[in-house]
Amino acid sequence: MTKVTMTVNGKSVSGDVAGNTLLVEFLRSDLHLTGTHVGCDTSQCGACVVHVNGAAVKSCTMFAAEAEGAEVATIEGQANADGSLNTIQQAFQDYHGLQCGFCTPGMVMSAAALLKDNPKPSEQEVRAYLQGNICRCTGYHNIVRAIMAASGQEVPAVAAE
Amino acid sequence: MYSFDIERPTTLADALAALADDEAQALGGGQTLIPTLKQRLASPSKLVCLSGIEELKGISRDGDTLTIGGGTTHGTIARETAEGFPGLAGLASKIGDPAVRNRGTIGGSLANNDPSACYPAAAMACGATIVTNSREIAADDYFQGMFATALEEGEIITAVKFPVPESSAYIKFEQPASRFPLVGVFVAKYADRVGVGVTGASEEGVFRWTEAEAALGGNFAESALEGLSVSGDGMIGDLHGTGAYRAHLVGVMTRRAVAAAR
Repeated sequence: MTKVTMTVNGKSVSGDVAGNTLLVEFLRSDLHLTGTHVGCDTSQCGACVVHVNGAAVKSCTMFAAEAEGAEVATIEGQANADGSLNTIQQAFQDYHGLQCGFCTPGMVMSAAALLKDNPKPSEQEVRAYLQGNICRCTGYHNIVRAIMAASGQEVPAVAAE
Repeated sequence: MYSFDIERPTTLADALAALADDEAQALGGGQTLIPTLKQRLASPSKLVCLSGIEELKGISRDGDTLTIGGGTTHGTIARETAEGFPGLAGLASKIGDPAVRNRGTIGGSLANNDPSACYPAAAMACGATIVTNSREIAADDYFQGMFATALEEGEIITAVKFPVPESSAYIKFEQPASRFPLVGVFVAKYADRVGVGVTGASEEGVFRWTEAEAALGGNFAESALEGLSVSGDGMIGDLHGTGAYRAHLVGVMTRRAVAAAR
């Protein structure tokens, strides 16, 4: 076992992990932060996206031990301090950017990473950035609309292609 | 996954010491190795994680040589070479997806030498030099077939040196589910030569299309490629495409890369 210490959503946490413990397993099983989902476990679907030192990563494709000393942000830390939805989360609700909700934690974390680096993305850039996040319900259009709305831009009425 | 120990050295020297163990395996960004471990296709008893080693990261330019640390991620390369070497930035910016690019590294990709990886095409076209902890290896000598390289056990890619071309472009035809190239071609134009590196196509792994290099060296235009083709013999044939189809794509991707680089 290896002792790991990291900061998760602003709080210092530590635990003993096996070498092959994935970051997502540490978050879900050790810290009981089950908002981060495991969809495919093959690093394709993006339901497990969290931020490590500010960068979006797939937490099913990183070991907990690799996050030693890192700042980790998960969906649980996204709401405003008073518990209300943040801008991106509220936009997902307003624009029906989710149906079953399974992909939503990853979608919101990817959207947050995109808007941090590129506060006014084009619709094309939003679509390109979501390449690694798969949604089987919405057809993506309302997710793209939600992210455009969250960035304070005009929301496309019907998705183009 | 089978169980294993994991070490996280912070210096190259410590990583090399840890890799002296026969059963140890280096872990770069893990974007290929971790899925491989999950499928139980590899069973190292110890992983030596390279992502905490700062001396392996970063990009610097000295004259016309761009040196990229082996532990530099695709995302960093995409951002930081966009002005100086846009062909390479374009390649890096289309690997996987954003989250994969934030972890995967150029050293890891070159060490793995997947027959459909993108960087090997650039390394071959540019005549890059693979720098390890013990030596420098020319790209032509480094790639030795699918998943095979000149690296010795326990050797780590510390950097890759690219001679920066006058112009360059990488075009790939993606398999839409995996986004790995069915065929990808990197074209690099220098004052005195043109390099054409082809990935994804051959059963022998990445190769230089030397006939196209010679033709383009005299006339860097799509028209110079008229009448040139590669044989489907020895090309990868699978459920995504036959060898003849991939051979055809080599010509098409090369023409598109020349058009994009001009």
